[in-house]
Amino acid sequence: MYSYLLPEFVVERREERCIRCRVCERQCANGVHSYDAERDQMWAAEQACVGCQRCAVFCPTQALTVRPHPAEYRPNSSWTREKLQDLKKQAETGGVILTGSGNDKPYRIYWDHLVLNASQVTNPSIDPLREPMELKTFLGRKPDTLKIVLHGEDVRIESELYPNIPVATPIVFSAMSYGAISYQAFKSLAMAAKEYGTLFNTGEGGLPAAMRQDYGKNAIVQCASGRFGVDPEYLNCAAAIEIKIGQGAKPGIGGHLPGEKVSENISVTRMIPQGTDALSPAPQHDIYSIEDLSMLIYALKEATNYEKPVSVKIAAVHNVAAIASGMVRAGADIIAIDGLRGGTGAAPKIIRDNVGIPIELALAAVDQRLREEGIRHKCSILAAGGIRCSADVVKAVALGADAVYIGTSALVAMGCTLCQKCYTGKCNWGICTQDPYLAKRLNPEIASQRLINLLRGWSHEIKEMLGGMGINAIESLRGNREHLRGVGLAEWELNVLGVKGAGE
Amino acid sequence: MERVFVKPEVCIGCHLCAVWCAVAHSRSKNIIKAFLYEEPRPLPRVIVEERLPLTFALPCRHCAEPDCVFACISGALYKDRQTGRVVHDASRCVGCCSCVMACPYGCIILNNEEEEKKVLKCDLCAGLEFPYCVRHCPNGALVYGSTKGDCR
Repeated sequence: MYSYLLPEFVVERREERCIRCRVCERQCANGVHSYDAERDQMWAAEQACVGCQRCAVFCPTQALTVRPHPAEYRPNSSWTREKLQDLKKQAETGGVILTGSGNDKPYRIYWDHLVLNASQVTNPSIDPLREPMELKTFLGRKPDTLKIVLHGEDVRIESELYPNIPVATPIVFSAMSYGAISYQAFKSLAMAAKEYGTLFNTGEGGLPAAMRQDYGKNAIVQCASGRFGVDPEYLNCAAAIEIKIGQGAKPGIGGHLPGEKVSENISVTRMIPQGTDALSPAPQHDIYSIEDLSMLIYALKEATNYEKPVSVKIAAVHNVAAIASGMVRAGADIIAIDGLRGGTGAAPKIIRDNVGIPIELALAAVDQRLREEGIRHKCSILAAGGIRCSADVVKAVALGADAVYIGTSALVAMGCTLCQKCYTGKCNWGICTQDPYLAKRLNPEIASQRLINLLRGWSHEIKEMLGGMGINAIESLRGNREHLRGVGLAEWELNVLGVKGAGE
Repeated sequence: MERVFVKPEVCIGCHLCAVWCAVAHSRSKNIIKAFLYEEPRPLPRVIVEERLPLTFALPCRHCAEPDCVFACISGALYKDRQTGRVVHDASRCVGCCSCVMACPYGCIILNNEEEEKKVLKCDLCAGLEFPYCVRHCPNGALVYGSTKGDCR
């Protein structure tokens, strides 16, 4: 069928700078650039361009500019270009429109409507370069009371303590499975987590046996609806276990890793035959209630001798606070909430863009509810979905998160440009692909260093912000909404967030 | 001796090493000027072998017992005892291509751009601060040092 779609991007080549080195041609997995020896000229098949900017970054003479195509339909606030293009696409394919990355629609980003406090005159701010500043965070259930016994100089804790995992900074890499992302990207996350003293999350694709000894102690291993790669060694080598109920980018939706991506190593890791589709059902078929969830939580605790905290990850949806309360009562030590803007390797666009609620509201509601019920200490809260910078981390902690999950930010640090074509398997940056030629574009030594630099940079900035507030430990900010004020928010939003308006 | 090591597992086949090698051996050292306006056109001394997905850059190995030196009929190629480099003295080269045939790696290139045919080979960017191919490799697939483990 002849396509009525307009091209998405325009590829401009400044001929006076182009040296015909063909680097762009070699870097484009979509076949946009080609060299014409007869004319000694480069051509661009713009309709295939996804706007990933790989060619523009790699062009040694900066001859290339890739930008959104200026062709427009008659302006219409209701029938936008995107809506028209989607309609045409579906008229041509009859299918569900797939996409990758997180929700890109202009829902209110509450982080940008929250401002932080700083000390002036009446209390001193702290210079983190001169004074100690603690970012260390413990993830897991805390005891109801702490009974200590003093023996002279020696202090002994009498209360029963639960397994807790220390992380050097309240930033954890969120679940991205080996299979969804390349081995190189997966390993880069593991290397960075180990080096910095934080955690990465295996997603539902298992943990390759070769990585268990070196990186298991920094891994949160997932047990998802497909149960891929779950065995006793997998569970026991990890720092924590996570039951994945939902994902912010696609609440209520399962997963589908196409068979062509199930290579030999992935098939071994996931424990499925090579070349078969890896289907994750939408629900966990053994969890239809809080009681069922409790059974799986305790089955996993039993399997790991009660030595590891068990996390339950859900997408932020309407009754998130009540659900979270049930999860804690079911025995979850960590609850991970993934908001509306969380990323994905593949999701139906209609789901990604329309289902779920923003993480800021969900997080505030959950923290508030658990406090009211007196069970906040029984779990740590991990907030995920749209954490873009260190200020978002600080605001999340002030809203009640123990730590945050970062997925998209980590990918961007490794090279991702959010072209949203993860589902095609042709990631030019070597992140979301299983093509060995593309995957080796990501050198784990370089990518892990980029991730470590990101964690270091954010941690420095968090310390600066804490110091400004006159706080010397992240623990003192946790759930401390007095340090937040809302700007440009309606009363109901301020109420849900539990913060005052600026000036109040 | 210090030389260039290659890491095929992270070579992405972009050929930027070859592009910058040509720039390093241009008169102007300006990438656009070198490629578009210099006559003769500067040529790279490094080749990139490709059988996808495998790719790797292949600069001169500066062999301990270099076949090219043994094959050279005019004494243009010699092994520098102090630096260990295999050096090409263009003033003595007669363009017989014996070295091109002798090199088991295909690392010696015949310069067809100039009237007087002579060969070209990697000089580890002699006279420049650091080998251009290594500096400009975007993925750390080329490293420079005495052993692979001790590279910059």
